[in-house]
Amino acid sequence: MTKLPLKNDIKSNSRRDFIKASSLTSVSLLIGLNAKGALAIISQHDMEGLEVNPLVRIERNGTVTVISKAFEMGQGVTTGFTTLVAEELNANYETMRYEFAPVNTEKYINKGLGAQGTGGSLSIRGGGFLDYRKAGAAAREIIVKAAADKWSVSEDSVRIDNGIVSAGSNEAHFGELIDLARRYQIPEEPKLKNIGEFQYIGNEKLNRKDNFDKTTGRAVYALDVQIPGMVYVSIFRSPKFGGKLKSFSSSEAKKVNGFISAKALPNSSGIAVFGKNTWSVLQAKKKIVASWDETDAETRSTDQLVLEHKKLLEQPTYEVNKQYSTSEATEDIKKTETLVEADFLLPFLAHAPMEPVNCVIEPTRNGGIRLHDGCQIPTITQGTLANVLKLKPEQIEIKTYYAGGSFGRRITPTSDYHVDAALAFDLLGRETPVKLVFTREDDIKGGWYRPMHLQRAKIGLGKTGNIVAWDHRSACKSIAKGTFLEKMLVKDGIDHWSVENISDTLYSIENLAIGHSDFLSPIPVLWWRAVGHTQNVFTMETLIDMVATKVGRDPIDYRLGLLKSGTKKEHERFANVIRVVRDFSGWEKGQRRGFAASYTFGTFLAVVADVSVSEKEVHIDRMFVVVDCGTAINPDVIKAQIEGGIGYGLSAAIYSEINFENGVVMESNFPNYKTLRIDQMPKIDVKIVASAEAPGGIGEPGTPIAAPALVNALYAKTGRRITTLPISKSGFVFV
Amino acid sequence: MKLDITINGQAKRLEVEKGTPLLWIIRDEVGLTGTKFGCGVASCGNCTVHLDGKAVKSCAVNVEQVANRQITTIEGLNGPVASAVRQAWVKNNVVQCGFCQSGQIMSATAFLTENKSPSESDINSAMAGNACRCMCYTRIKDAISEAAKMLEA
Repeated sequence: MTKLPLKNDIKSNSRRDFIKASSLTSVSLLIGLNAKGALAIISQHDMEGLEVNPLVRIERNGTVTVISKAFEMGQGVTTGFTTLVAEELNANYETMRYEFAPVNTEKYINKGLGAQGTGGSLSIRGGGFLDYRKAGAAAREIIVKAAADKWSVSEDSVRIDNGIVSAGSNEAHFGELIDLARRYQIPEEPKLKNIGEFQYIGNEKLNRKDNFDKTTGRAVYALDVQIPGMVYVSIFRSPKFGGKLKSFSSSEAKKVNGFISAKALPNSSGIAVFGKNTWSVLQAKKKIVASWDETDAETRSTDQLVLEHKKLLEQPTYEVNKQYSTSEATEDIKKTETLVEADFLLPFLAHAPMEPVNCVIEPTRNGGIRLHDGCQIPTITQGTLANVLKLKPEQIEIKTYYAGGSFGRRITPTSDYHVDAALAFDLLGRETPVKLVFTREDDIKGGWYRPMHLQRAKIGLGKTGNIVAWDHRSACKSIAKGTFLEKMLVKDGIDHWSVENISDTLYSIENLAIGHSDFLSPIPVLWWRAVGHTQNVFTMETLIDMVATKVGRDPIDYRLGLLKSGTKKEHERFANVIRVVRDFSGWEKGQRRGFAASYTFGTFLAVVADVSVSEKEVHIDRMFVVVDCGTAINPDVIKAQIEGGIGYGLSAAIYSEINFENGVVMESNFPNYKTLRIDQMPKIDVKIVASAEAPGGIGEPGTPIAAPALVNALYAKTGRRITTLPISKSGFVFV
Repeated sequence: MKLDITINGQAKRLEVEKGTPLLWIIRDEVGLTGTKFGCGVASCGNCTVHLDGKAVKSCAVNVEQVANRQITTIEGLNGPVASAVRQAWVKNNVVQCGFCQSGQIMSATAFLTENKSPSESDINSAMAGNACRCMCYTRIKDAISEAAKMLEA
């Protein structure tokens, strides 16, 4: 048994001594002390640098590497985490690096999510804000201790500026101090800077950390991964959701050069088509002929789906507001003089991230696998793959790459595409690396949509224009039911995601009855950027607008009126962004502009939209946005997420719908699932409210507000009220 | 069939299947993965490369059509226009997910090489074939305008 080096025995931390020790034992692991002074397995790699804690590593050459426990899908989290560490450590922001954490839920959990992963606009606000600051601050404290020790000076006399440590005429970079720093206990609660001391947090001049990779073609995405001996696979699926494979023929596919084989997936959900490169596999897939059992499949067309949703509005299954029911509302409304009513039709939406989902699975030496993916929630994927392949979770390694967008698509409750890849990998005997590829058609037609949602509201108004009673009906498929998320998200039968922003609105609406029913279908549905807010901010902001205009009140004034009696901080912050955008946009009563406001995932937004309309042609000229997202870490990233979120919402509002004909999805690619183009993007002016509150989310909140701002602007300009999306169905053409 | 092509100044003799789009030869055979796939029907522009200096969508070009021609991908893109474009891109923090950005930069560079002082409407026309799902468009426009000014100076 090796004599393990104990803390007090260390005479020298030199790499040579450790390697000598381990070579005596001829083990391939190094066992030593981690930064906490606890025995741990440390890698060869660690001997080069110092892993201060799971989030920060300092290399021998002084480079600081941030271990990102979130993945980068463009939302700027790698810039955010790097900024937080740079701030507390006084590191050189420009030379800092980052890498994506391996899967290890205990080490890298996002407390907001309850898993290791990215989502819910929670990377910063769900714990990351303090986690990364503390990680940087802890590193600073042990570096300062090390310098004080090395130079025999007081800790107070040690400065760190831009990654250079100094005290009087002494100077060193971080790397020169890590051997000494290694000895110190990592402080559990290191001292953090005050807001007045920030030089990086709140600095709008910082360059994104992923600029270089993404402007040179060097950024590596899962689609770019190539492993020697790799076989390409693409899945031929039932054109109707819920269809089961009966039989298939690959006789024509065999004629395609590069085709290897086609095998049925064990769950009857499709056929794995194997080939030696992307083109051959996609060509071969086209030649597969298959027949499907449609007994349990969705076979309805759009009109029928809409009709079924409408029926559900009449007799709601659930009363969401326990204090006030839809029957009570119906009665109360009868007694009012003025009625506002609207029927809303919001279609199924695809996410369509620019990089269609894909991944690579290769075998590892311990009988496990390594997954290469822009992996959104490693905890779910690791657990699911372990189950499917009957391996231990520790045997599932995940190497995370940049993701070419997600908008929610990259993680499904069943970890769908990862499982498909794993099943294909298994079909080949688990020895050959496989690369799963999706076409854009696979992506658009493949389901996991934002649910279709029909809503109907009847609002009874009183003499002063006040809301007396509000009867709100809702019908959509539940995202959480039937998944492992049901326990967390479904209370008393109601999926929170179906009714969020209605049931928890900040507006003071005394008698708001919400009757909800679940739509049932095998069509797989999923969280789409901002989840339930995408439907419900639209309907609520449209309805408030309708109420205000019905009673001849200014839409901004009316909303401020609905927030006046609120006593929580949230009410004041919401009212504040509304007032600020009124000034920011130069809003005056009587102008024909659109307004909408939202409180989504911890962030308050208010928007004024200006459009020009000439006959049927609409140009979205400009949008003024005020955002209160609490402490603004990277203002330019925040602005970009607002621009991007709004653009994404506008694109969907104007163009997007997924239609069915006898259960088959009609849309297939960008020519018919259109996306906003550069000439249609409005000018967006963003004002960030200065705040020292805890950070709110920013990846998603920009999206829900786009549709109502645009629709309210169109109403103001044309008198036409649009309650069916996409807007293109109303005959408007966006130029 | 055997095919001689030149990519980023390097002559290559490849064994290819007739009818294979250039995009897949670049990515799967040559192994240059900076050029991306987004739609396969010449709609998104992710696959934009330069063919004898002109921007083309490589998913819509069959490999046999580029025999003995000069192909430039994002990895081989250089020169004063490319440099100005990249600088402007970084300065404006254009990128988000980045997946469309190789195509955007290839299109922008070819465009600015032809049009030294573009109007906003010129930019809109030239770049309409490059879709961006993250909606980085306003920054793309700003960066192209800025790159044009840099080149003028």
